Amino acid sequence: MKVITHKEVAELVKPGTTLMIGGFLGVGTPEGIIDQLIENGVENLTVIGNDTAFEDRGIGKLVKNRLCRKVIVSHIGTNPETQRQMIAGELEVELVPQGTLAERVRAGGAGLGGILTPTGVGTVVENGKQVMEIDGKKYLLELPIRADVALIKAKKCDYYGNLVYNLTATNFNPLMVLAADMVIVEVEEIVPVGTLTPDEIKTPGVLIDYVVVSGVK
Amino acid sequence: MPVDPKEKIARRVAYELKEGYLVNLGIGLPTLVANYIPEGVHVYFQSENGIIGMGPEPEKGFENKDLTNAGAGFVTALPGAMTFDSAFSFILIRGGHLDVTVLGGLQVDEEGHLANWMVPGKMVPGMGGAMDLVTGANKVIVAMTHTAKGEPKIVKKCSLPLTSVRRVDLIVTELAVIQPIDEGLLLKEISEETTLEEVLRLTEARLIVSSELARF
Repeated sequence: MKVITHKEVAELVKPGTTLMIGGFLGVGTPEGIIDQLIENGVENLTVIGNDTAFEDRGIGKLVKNRLCRKVIVSHIGTNPETQRQMIAGELEVELVPQGTLAERVRAGGAGLGGILTPTGVGTVVENGKQVMEIDGKKYLLELPIRADVALIKAKKCDYYGNLVYNLTATNFNPLMVLAADMVIVEVEEIVPVGTLTPDEIKTPGVLIDYVVVSGVK
Repeated sequence: MPVDPKEKIARRVAYELKEGYLVNLGIGLPTLVANYIPEGVHVYFQSENGIIGMGPEPEKGFENKDLTNAGAGFVTALPGAMTFDSAFSFILIRGGHLDVTVLGGLQVDEEGHLANWMVPGKMVPGMGGAMDLVTGANKVIVAMTHTAKGEPKIVKKCSLPLTSVRRVDLIVTELAVIQPIDEGLLLKEISEETTLEEVLRLTEARLIVSSELARF
């Protein structure tokens, strides 16, 4: 991994990129990277994340600044601006049940061809999807999902890029690390190699391309 | 003294939670259930954003920005709590490990189907974790007011998009406790503050009145 500045991150993320962004209502979202994307006006983004958070937080800020073309999320209820843009036809919104989204991301990073889930059977989520019956029970075939770039938030890492997450800021982050061609992580601090115990490291540094430190321009 | 409908519902739902259960409470009214767990009963609260052992809101000044519930509200972690990622969280929910989920509802119908995630053309918050919770939890309890602006929420057939085709296990309102069964909706209890006539009048769906109708 390579430690870079926030400005360099924004240069790595081109307009039109498909992003995965960690976080749950902004908790565990790399806010510093998002602020830099806004400063640089990186537009036409497709964003895969749990939700569009709030207008002044997380992915919500990208929506509010009209930098998203499409969002693939499980929830937009806390961000009226997402709903407004969707109804006005300015933003494409694909709603995915949260557990299905987690498994689609996981499948994308795990080399799987899809997953079978009972969630959504018989509802509007089933529309256009293959229904498979296994041992008498119906499942939807949900396809894997990947991104060009994953924007990840971790509490800290060492100089190998080994990641330690914090509490409920973990959420989608460890799954998204595996499902993108390039991985950029925002951490609160970088610590020397050897100071993290093997069992507190939840993502191996060998998977990380770039690291930025929160608040360090 | 008039009874607060939400408290009435939360108190009755809490009575369904048994020792050792793993429980997920939805945002809003279901969250109140945690305040009324019977004394001596220990349950584990799971939140889909990735924690078992979620405790109450911290005192001012003790908030941790990385310790929140599914509504992004600050919470605490009880001794013995554990945090985990979203895939694991939904493995718990979908994999038959979650004993009870308590969710709000917009409509429930005679087949016990729940609609609680969108009103086409008006409100599209998204399903979040609701579809997984209703599909996967071992027991689904719907906690909702009996009517909305005077209109029945327990209807013959849901007009709103369904959350799941799984039949919910119990409906608790401030007026009634209803169990969906093969034959339809079994009215098991009515509140001390109402009458059978009022419950029937405020319910669009046909109710099968239990021969052992109780009060709560």
